[in-house]
Amino acid sequence: MDAQKFVIRQISIFSENRPGRLASIAQALGEENVNILAFSIAEANGFGVVRALVDHPEKAYEKLTSCGFNVAFTDVIAVQMKDKPGGLFEIAKVLGDAGVNIEYSYAYSGKKAAVLILRVDHIDDAIEKIQKSGATLLERSIFH
Amino acid sequence: MRCWDPRIEEMSKEDLQKMQYKLLKSLVYRLYSFSPFYHDRMKKQNVHPDDIRELSDVKKLPFMFKRDLRDNYPDKIFTASQEELVRYHVSSGTTGKPTVVAYTQNDLNTWTTSLARGLTSIGLGRGDVIQVSYGYGLFTGGLGMHYGAERIGATVLPTSVGNTERQIELMQDLGATAIACTPSYLLHIGEVAEKMGVNIKTDTKLRTGILGAEPWTDGMRIRIQDWLGIRAYDIYGTSELSGPMFTECAEQKGFHVWSDIALVEVIDPKTEEPLEPGEKGELTITILQKEALPMIRYRIGDISSMTDEVCACGRTHPRIQRITGRVDDMLIIRGINVFPSQIEYALMGIPEVGQHFQIVVERTGALDDMLVRVELNKESFSDKITDLMQIRSKVEHRIKNALNVAVAVELVEPGSLPRFEGKSKKVIDKRSL
Repeated sequence: MDAQKFVIRQISIFSENRPGRLASIAQALGEENVNILAFSIAEANGFGVVRALVDHPEKAYEKLTSCGFNVAFTDVIAVQMKDKPGGLFEIAKVLGDAGVNIEYSYAYSGKKAAVLILRVDHIDDAIEKIQKSGATLLERSIFH
Repeated sequence: MRCWDPRIEEMSKEDLQKMQYKLLKSLVYRLYSFSPFYHDRMKKQNVHPDDIRELSDVKKLPFMFKRDLRDNYPDKIFTASQEELVRYHVSSGTTGKPTVVAYTQNDLNTWTTSLARGLTSIGLGRGDVIQVSYGYGLFTGGLGMHYGAERIGATVLPTSVGNTERQIELMQDLGATAIACTPSYLLHIGEVAEKMGVNIKTDTKLRTGILGAEPWTDGMRIRIQDWLGIRAYDIYGTSELSGPMFTECAEQKGFHVWSDIALVEVIDPKTEEPLEPGEKGELTITILQKEALPMIRYRIGDISSMTDEVCACGRTHPRIQRITGRVDDMLIIRGINVFPSQIEYALMGIPEVGQHFQIVVERTGALDDMLVRVELNKESFSDKITDLMQIRSKVEHRIKNALNVAVAVELVEPGSLPRFEGKSKKVIDKRSL
């Protein structure tokens, strides 16, 4: 089984915490016809990190870099959840029982399913354990 | 030749100080007796030449400032008549009226001797071709260096500033072994040479740079040395001291100030009290041998520290470390003197951030708050907030160690801070005191 197909490339953007920064990022992506599938903002005192799953990560990376942004790729995984009460618990329990440590996470609820996006410390290990637990990992090809 | 004048350069500290005391005493007597300007100043300070009984009594004497030269434009404080003068130099009036400096033949000889000692101490002499790319004219750099280089028997190539391509051709054709210019002009020469397809390292005989007339850093020294394959030495002077005067020796550990020519003090610019060796403060110089325009306790406004330890080269004269800033740039944060250059040095040792910075000072209640904004380097960007927080506390920690003042650090996007040449523009002081 090729675990690599479950590794999803998230783009992470360093941003100062001031008005208009998110608009600049979104405008740049819009101009390149890059669609944002999921995103979150993490903030610390004075700065933040914008994380996004997009349909064309390379294009997004190049465009944002050329606009002067500090951009990096980060590997994440996406786990499918049931879009109903208890859905998050089911998956969170699976991860906890499997000993997968979450560095950060965000989620979206789409038409077909709810999805939990995870950044974990040992990604290969996590993929293996999640698969064994019976939960469904989404393949990279779904996103890009 | 190892020393131009070993008797003086390697004289014991005790004898040097005796000599300085004698020179100071006779200077003070002469000025008190013959110069209305100094006579009035000393009267006002309530000090008489008889009060100078040992070298440290220099601190009883009044200070002198740039404004004294401007207020007495052009020649009111000269202590030689026009017939005795052999040259004028005029400094540009960027901060006000220009100032005029004048020289007797003896003054030129002292200046030239000072440079002859310095150039010899970095291994230059007969057989060297020294390209003088300081401006010739009213500026002291070109002519000063010119006479110093001739005195040690080197061949002078007086290219002055400008026409860089021709400078590079001449450097190659005439085999220049040393160049005297500003560090930024040498960087420019290096860039133009590259465009011309000339590799300074392999296509020229250049091995020494005598660089000064503007502040530069050790980081720049390393870059120049590695890139151009030369040894780069700091040279210091101002027109009030005559011009370029003092150079580093081969050790590259600060420039030697010849004690028979100048008495240097480092003082706290606020309290005006002398500081201990190693402590940073304002350079204050008394020119012990000058006929036309003597200077007593002249406040140069440059910030550095002094060491009185005998140098590894054997010379006993005190050394001044590289100039790290101007008094005009100094900030007082919670009572502590802070120079933006200290932050620059601290940042130089942190690869995660760039070297551009901005300081914002505010007063919250009774306390000063200092914020330093630095650019996060591209390579150091981590998606994890904790990593970024760690970088930020590392920068805070380093700056705090350098300044002895707690600062807050803000990480900003690369390229987002304004780029300025002058240090003072890096400071936004919002305090209304």
